[in-house]
Amino acid sequence: MKFGVVVFPGSNCDRDCFYVADKVLGQSVEYVWHKSTDVAGFDCLILPGGFSYGDYLRTGAVAKFSPIMKSIQEFADAGGMVIGICNGFQILLEAGLLPGAMIRNSSLKFICRHVLIRVETASTPWSSTAARGQVLKIPVAHNEGNYQVSNTTLEEMKRHGQVVFRYCSEDGSVQGEFNPNGATENIAGICNRDGNVLGMMPHPERASEMELGSSDGLVIWNSLLKHFEMSADC
Amino acid sequence: MAKARVYVTLKEGILDPQGKTVLRALKALGYDEVQDLRIGKYMEVSLDGDDLTELGSRLEEMCEKLLTNPIIENYRMEVED
Repeated sequence: MKFGVVVFPGSNCDRDCFYVADKVLGQSVEYVWHKSTDVAGFDCLILPGGFSYGDYLRTGAVAKFSPIMKSIQEFADAGGMVIGICNGFQILLEAGLLPGAMIRNSSLKFICRHVLIRVETASTPWSSTAARGQVLKIPVAHNEGNYQVSNTTLEEMKRHGQVVFRYCSEDGSVQGEFNPNGATENIAGICNRDGNVLGMMPHPERASEMELGSSDGLVIWNSLLKHFEMSADC
Repeated sequence: MAKARVYVTLKEGILDPQGKTVLRALKALGYDEVQDLRIGKYMEVSLDGDDLTELGSRLEEMCEKLLTNPIIENYRMEVED
């Protein structure tokens, strides 16, 4: 499988993502500069975390006009796999590839710690190796992770199984007290209706080896690899 | 040359964590009359051109495209000579 890690000015998790694709997953991977428009040959594009364009105006607001974004839109429309992590998720929201928007954490604090998230559906290409209800330990590091979406859109998303991860307790209870940032209904990760575009605030690339305190992020990567193998068999 | 002002506010129903914190601080200072407080953004834009209607509709486009996020924000704008 061939990964492309998109690099915006201000991305800072690009090397971690590259490392995981290359060394942990043993797949082929290349960086893609945001001014490029060529995404041919890639099977999965990763929009990494960071502070693209200094987070000025709104997180992801300027990055959505990078030349690469039009190609990513077309890539996603054609069924290509796209994952946005943290700032990458914020960019996907601003660009309209995923529904909703991010505002500042309700605590007004930058949160950098491991959180627990519950897998809400195993029926996406990003979560198929998990069991529904499984709890994953993955770190977050953000100031704007307070996910907002209109009730109508949220209901529609729920009907189509687009809420993929929710912040929870150790035993998988989804309650306000386990919500680190004020996100609507504890939402930590969502996908588009077709399931090929995922956005999540927690960083699976920072939890892909036990040396880092958790390898639960592998659930996402392994699901993706499984999806790729299955679609290659067809 | 025209001067424009854009006022960006969070939509009703969207939580404003900054506003809430400042509201609490005002109450702690004894300003009990303060009922609610919401924080927005104010932008001053200098525009080259004389046709205010045309400049206005261009600025509106800028607001929709980049300056605001219509999912969470409303805006109001003024353009003058």
